[in-house]
Amino acid sequence: MIVLEIASGVLLAAGALFVISGGVGLLRFPDFYTRTHAAGLTDSAGAGLILLGLLLQGAGWETAVRLLIIMLFLALTSPTSTHILAHAARRDGVPVWREGDPRR
Amino acid sequence: MMVPPLALFWLVLSGHYTFLLIVLGAVSVVLVCWLAWRADFPERDDVVLPLSPRLPRYVLWLGKEVLVSAVAVVRKVWSPRPDLRPVVGVTPSPDMSVFTQVVYANSITLTPGTLSLDVDEDRIEVHSLDAEDVDVLRDGEMMRRARGLETRR
Amino acid sequence: MIFAVMAALLVTMVLALVRAFLGPDLYNRILAINMFGTKTVLFVAVAGFLFGRPDFLDIGILYALVNFVAVVAVLRLTHHDEPATGRNGDGHS
Repeated sequence: MIVLEIASGVLLAAGALFVISGGVGLLRFPDFYTRTHAAGLTDSAGAGLILLGLLLQGAGWETAVRLLIIMLFLALTSPTSTHILAHAARRDGVPVWREGDPRR
Repeated sequence: MMVPPLALFWLVLSGHYTFLLIVLGAVSVVLVCWLAWRADFPERDDVVLPLSPRLPRYVLWLGKEVLVSAVAVVRKVWSPRPDLRPVVGVTPSPDMSVFTQVVYANSITLTPGTLSLDVDEDRIEVHSLDAEDVDVLRDGEMMRRARGLETRR
Repeated sequence: MIFAVMAALLVTMVLALVRAFLGPDLYNRILAINMFGTKTVLFVAVAGFLFGRPDFLDIGILYALVNFVAVVAVLRLTHHDEPATGRNGDGHS
């Protein structure tokens, strides 16, 4: 059991690190598309690791099923919404930042 | 068509098997079916998630890829002078069913550092933080694995 | 550890809000709000574990649904002049 607890703690800590990095990246990166990558960082790696960590806390199968459903749902919807957002921005002609351009 | 999975979903999630709750569940299933029918929701075979025996392996591999590239992006976030060289590249996706292409494009977006901008018949436009990531995609390992899901359907 | 995760999620939500206020354009704001929503889902789930009330996870599932639908709806609203495309249109054009 102690092994599970340690594994859960490690996963939660790693997830928290990814989430914070994504938040900082959302502020630091220079344009919309690069910020999208920062948001994707929190959505895939951060959310996945935190939910896995909660799963390892071991609290009955009903909780586990709900956690798995949230995980599956986030894994399906977050790339979809990111894609339609970037697609719409691309069609509206939001320019892509290149190295050396000013921040936008 | 949609009733059994919806009913199962309700039963698993509620966990209470009293008369009132089961009636409420039946009402909500009927309501969802009516709404889907009203919205002309297309019932097509190729949107059903095929439970391929290779799906768990793909998910594990994708998780590893996500972690590796997430670490690379985290490095870029915290480096004092991030050397960002974002590029827009094109990776081919020839002869794919709609389902496989959706899985492929979603996997590209799910991996931090790459983002699918535009999906065409036989190619996917990708925005990437690093030119190397597009080259890795062109090598086609992810595409091969996504295809593997389809052939074993 | 759960406290640390909650603190990290709160800090990230504040950062996302800052980005949403700074803008500078519509897309950055929608992106920030979408991220705020997914962080809320995680926050609700973690809070459920902290208070020992797993029922919170149901609220998390609902919030994830509403968040996704909201982003799609906002994009429909701002791009209402474009022809509404079905699955083939959105995934394939």
